[in-house]
Amino acid sequence: MQHDPSQHQPGRRAAGELEAAALAVLQSADSALTPGEVRDRLGGALAYTTVVTILSRMHAKGVLTRLKAGRAYSYAPVADGPGLAARRMRGVLDAQDERAVVLARFVSELSPADEQLLRRMLSERDMDG
Amino acid sequence: MLLLVCLPLCAPLLAAPAARLLADRLPPRTATWLLASSGLALAASSCGALGLITFAAAMRLPVVDALGGMSMPTVDRGDQATLPVGIITGALLFCAATAALRAGLLRVAALVSAQRQSRRLPQTSRLAGPDGAVVVADDSVDAYTVPGWPGRIVVTSGLLDLLSPAEREVVLAHERAHVRGRHYLFTAAARLAAAANPLLRPLTAAVSYSVERWADERAAAAAGSRPLAAQTIAKAALAASADLSRRPVRAATLGVVAARATGSGTGLVPRRVAALLRPPPKRGVLLAALTIALVVVSCLSAVAVASELHSLIEFAQAVASAR
Repeated sequence: MQHDPSQHQPGRRAAGELEAAALAVLQSADSALTPGEVRDRLGGALAYTTVVTILSRMHAKGVLTRLKAGRAYSYAPVADGPGLAARRMRGVLDAQDERAVVLARFVSELSPADEQLLRRMLSERDMDG
Repeated sequence: MLLLVCLPLCAPLLAAPAARLLADRLPPRTATWLLASSGLALAASSCGALGLITFAAAMRLPVVDALGGMSMPTVDRGDQATLPVGIITGALLFCAATAALRAGLLRVAALVSAQRQSRRLPQTSRLAGPDGAVVVADDSVDAYTVPGWPGRIVVTSGLLDLLSPAEREVVLAHERAHVRGRHYLFTAAARLAAAANPLLRPLTAAVSYSVERWADERAAAAAGSRPLAAQTIAKAALAASADLSRRPVRAATLGVVAARATGSGTGLVPRRVAALLRPPPKRGVLLAALTIALVVVSCLSAVAVASELHSLIEFAQAVASAR
C-alpha cells in the first residue's frame, strides 16, 4: 500500500483530533483492536497507513499498549481512568495558562541561580540526605 | 474635591513596595488576608474615584443637567473636573471594568475546568487521609492541589518515592492547608484587583507567595519542625528541577517562564525555604494597622468625594427648581 504524504499527512491539529478519536474508539472497545478495525470504527475515508501512523505515535507516547496479533499489531489504551486523569492533569500543568495557575503546585520552577542557592542552603544546614 | 480624589488614585502606587514588605514581614495568614482584601478595596476605591471624576465632568454637559434637573451655572462653579479629564477617566474606567470582567471570567472558567478534572480523579488512594489525596503513578516529581468543592490533592509516585515518611507528611499537610484554607479565593481576588488596576499587579505575586508560605507554616506545625519542612521543599524542588531538565523541550519552555517570573531577584522556592529556616515571623501589628489605615483612608476619601458630589447635585437641583 503506497502512502502519499502530501495527501494523507494530517496537519498538527487534525492529528490531535484523530488521536483523540482513535483513543475514544479503543476505550469503548472490549478488546485490543487492529489498525484496520480502528479505521472501520472511525468511519470516514482514512488511509490505513494514516491510522497505523497515529496508533504507533500514540504507542510511542505511552498512551497505547500493543500486542502482536498475527502479522500486525493490535492496540489498547494503556491507562485506565486514574492514569488518564493524571495525564490530562499533566497536560493542564504544561499548558502554563490560567488553568495551570489555579492548581497550587508544591514547588514552582527553579532558575539556575535558585538551584545553586537551594543546594547551598541544604549543605549549610547540613540536612542534605 | 481634586485633592481628595487623588488619594484613592495614588494609594495603589504603594502596592509595589508594600506588597513585598507585608509578605516578608507578617505571618503568612495575616499577610494573605491583608494583601487580598487591600487589593480589592484599593481597586474598588480607585475605580470609584475614576467613576466620580467622569460623572462630575459629565455634569458639565447641558444634556446631563437638563435630564437631572440641575442648574448649569451652579454646576460650573461647583466642581473642577473638565470634560477632557472626564473623557480620560471614563476611558480608563472602561478599560478597568473590561479587564476585570475578562480576568474574572477567565478565572471562573479555569476553576470550573479544574473542578471537572478533579471529578475524573479516582476516589480511592493508597494514602489514607480525610482529604483523600490521590497518588498518580508518574515518575515526574510533582504535587498540587486542584481547587474545587471539595478540593483534591494530587501527588505523583515519583515525589513520594523520593521522600521519607515524615517528609511525605509535610507535602500532604502543605496541600491540605491549601484545600482547607480555600487559598484559590485569595489568589483570584488579587488577580481581579490587578486586572482592574495595573498598579496593583505586584499583589498577585505577593499573594501567590504568601499562600505558599501559609501552607508551609501549617505543614511545619503539623510536622512539628520548621527545618524539616524547609528540607522537604528544597529536596522536592531540586528533584523536580532535575526531572524537568531531563525533558529537554519542556525544560526550555519552562526556563523562559521561570526567567520571566522570577525576574532579577531570588525565586519563590528559595525564599520559602529561607523563611522556614528563620525564626517564625512576628505578629507585625503596627505594619498591619498602618496598611489597614491607609486602605480605609483611601476608601473613605472616595466616599467623601461621592457625598460632596451628591450635595452639589442636590444644590444645583434646588437652584434650578427655585428659578
